[in-house]
Amino acid sequence: MEKKPFSMQVDMEDFIPEEKAYMVNMRPASTFFKDGIRRLKKNKVAVVSFFIIVVITLAAIFIPMFWPYSYDQMLGMVPGQPVDNSFLNLAPFEYGKSEIARMEAGETIVPHIFGTDNQGRDYFIRVIYGTRISLAVGFFASIIVLIIGLTVGSVSGYVGGKVDLVIMRIVDMIYSLPDMLMVILLASVLKQVLETSLEGTALEKIGSNIISLFIVFGVLYWVSMARLIRGQILSLKQQEYVLAAKAAGAKGGRIILKHLIPNCFSVIIISTALQIPSAIFTESYLSFLGLGVNAPMPSLGSLASEALNGVTSYPYRLIIPAIVISLIVLSLNLFGDGLRDAFDPKLNV
Amino acid sequence: MSEHTEDLVEIRHLKQYFPVSMGFFKTKPLKAVDDVSFNIRRGETLGLVGESGCGKTTVGRTILNLYKPTSGDIIYDGKPIKSKNDIREFRKKATMVFQDPYSSLNPRMTVSDIIGEPLDIHKLYGNAQERRERILELMGYVGLNSEHASRYAHEFSGGQRQRIGIARSLAVNPEFIVCDEPVSALDVSIQAQVINMFDELQEKLGLTYLFIAHDLLVVRHISDRIAVMYLGKMVELADAKEIYDHPQHPYSISLLSAVPVPDPKEARANKRIVLSGDIPSPLNAPSGCPFRTRCPHAQKQCAETMPELKEISPGHFAACHIL
Repeated sequence: MEKKPFSMQVDMEDFIPEEKAYMVNMRPASTFFKDGIRRLKKNKVAVVSFFIIVVITLAAIFIPMFWPYSYDQMLGMVPGQPVDNSFLNLAPFEYGKSEIARMEAGETIVPHIFGTDNQGRDYFIRVIYGTRISLAVGFFASIIVLIIGLTVGSVSGYVGGKVDLVIMRIVDMIYSLPDMLMVILLASVLKQVLETSLEGTALEKIGSNIISLFIVFGVLYWVSMARLIRGQILSLKQQEYVLAAKAAGAKGGRIILKHLIPNCFSVIIISTALQIPSAIFTESYLSFLGLGVNAPMPSLGSLASEALNGVTSYPYRLIIPAIVISLIVLSLNLFGDGLRDAFDPKLNV
Repeated sequence: MSEHTEDLVEIRHLKQYFPVSMGFFKTKPLKAVDDVSFNIRRGETLGLVGESGCGKTTVGRTILNLYKPTSGDIIYDGKPIKSKNDIREFRKKATMVFQDPYSSLNPRMTVSDIIGEPLDIHKLYGNAQERRERILELMGYVGLNSEHASRYAHEFSGGQRQRIGIARSLAVNPEFIVCDEPVSALDVSIQAQVINMFDELQEKLGLTYLFIAHDLLVVRHISDRIAVMYLGKMVELADAKEIYDHPQHPYSISLLSAVPVPDPKEARANKRIVLSGDIPSPLNAPSGCPFRTRCPHAQKQCAETMPELKEISPGHFAACHIL
């Protein structure tokens, strides 16, 4: 363009290329998830909780791989030798007789950080292993609950009518049963049934009790998830974009997967995150009652339960798993709350 | 051209009743659309007006088979739309633009996915490249530029969102579009832009519109013919100019007297006809003519029989006993 002598017109040539590009471009597209994660990062409590969860999870996964003791190894029992009772009930950082002898010979021995239990097993690795089991139960149980709840809830909400009526009455029935009673009944009945049927299969090592735990979760705890998702779907399916998809010829499955579920993602993430600690908690009290994992496999609940016998002499054996459970449940709950604050669109104005 | 006088869509005795539950087991039909017949010619714009709750939107949605009609026929291009296969084919020819540009776009989808959805459903492309080209072409039609493709709907203004909605409705290359109050959620300056865009697209792509609105000035601007609805029934149907100059049905007369006139002198001279009473509930519609409870010329006959839609002058239909 020709420049007039006294014109106030801005000359585009004065701008450096970056500035020009900056003026032309819109801000980078921000997605719902980026926004949510940005908000989550600002929440210190949630970040700290997340950090604790990650540390505990990594420890539970990796420490058993290189730790010299195993959760079921009785340290005083060496084949071909008399039982060495000095390994039983060691206090933290104490050593058994043979270990002291080896240390005097110049070997380095990994200390028993939490001592040993009444059968001479290293308590630290048992706690770590128990954490592993508890986390695994919590995580997989939530996934089972999520899958069943999501499927049933979204179908029930979307189809509506008689299907919805029937499904919701079933949900009401399960909902009205006393939780604890059902869990205990199911767990003890399934234990009997599974023990015989699992023999010789790959699942035997996992233990019938854990599998029955998963079944209990699958059968009982999907109902609240299903209700929650049904409620969301019911309100979302009134939206015009659902009608628009129908007008374009979309079928039910596509509408549920592409339009409805992505729009209740925040609710799904949050309730799944909050489901994990409740599953861990249930697993712990079932183990405490003796319906949890099979011995000798430890879980945090069964460790606490065993520790009750010697609680006057060795209180730390109860306190340690209790602290770990509390830490996991608390940080998962706080992280779940943080997720809700970050992702629930109704809260951010 | 002979093709332009041919009917593209024909609606015969369309009824759409919704069951409303009254107590535990009883349901009562809500007659949202009650025995409506009309036709839409190829290439024309039929405006559909009436006050809120008179069944305009229901007519539009029922024509597209979004609601299953209680009874009556929808004949498209000479063929009745009945079976699932018909409906599936029909979806490629007839689409819809929605009223609310905020709720009609999925907030979790990018613009290109929203516009491309009909293409995905009907598998109208060979590969990802073709899909992208088609989407960009559609965005070009409605005046969006290509860098908007990867953005989410909430990043746009109302007018731009409505353009996205229009691009989506054009995706399958339709012949017929039901525009359900497409501009009533927009402000006036944007309304004009969008209306002009509808005009241009009609010319360019040879589209036929059913244009539903309650803004009479908008409808007059865009429509070739106008149909007036009251309480689920069609009361008058005529050419746009004819109905504005010589409305016949008492309801149309009062409706048109409510149109604001830009000239204050003229406005003062015109007498605004204010109807007494409220629109009756479609659950308890009056017997006979639905308008009789508010009609200044109501007679005994009006309470007894429903007047038929009859041709009172060539191309001008009205349903009233006194005409």
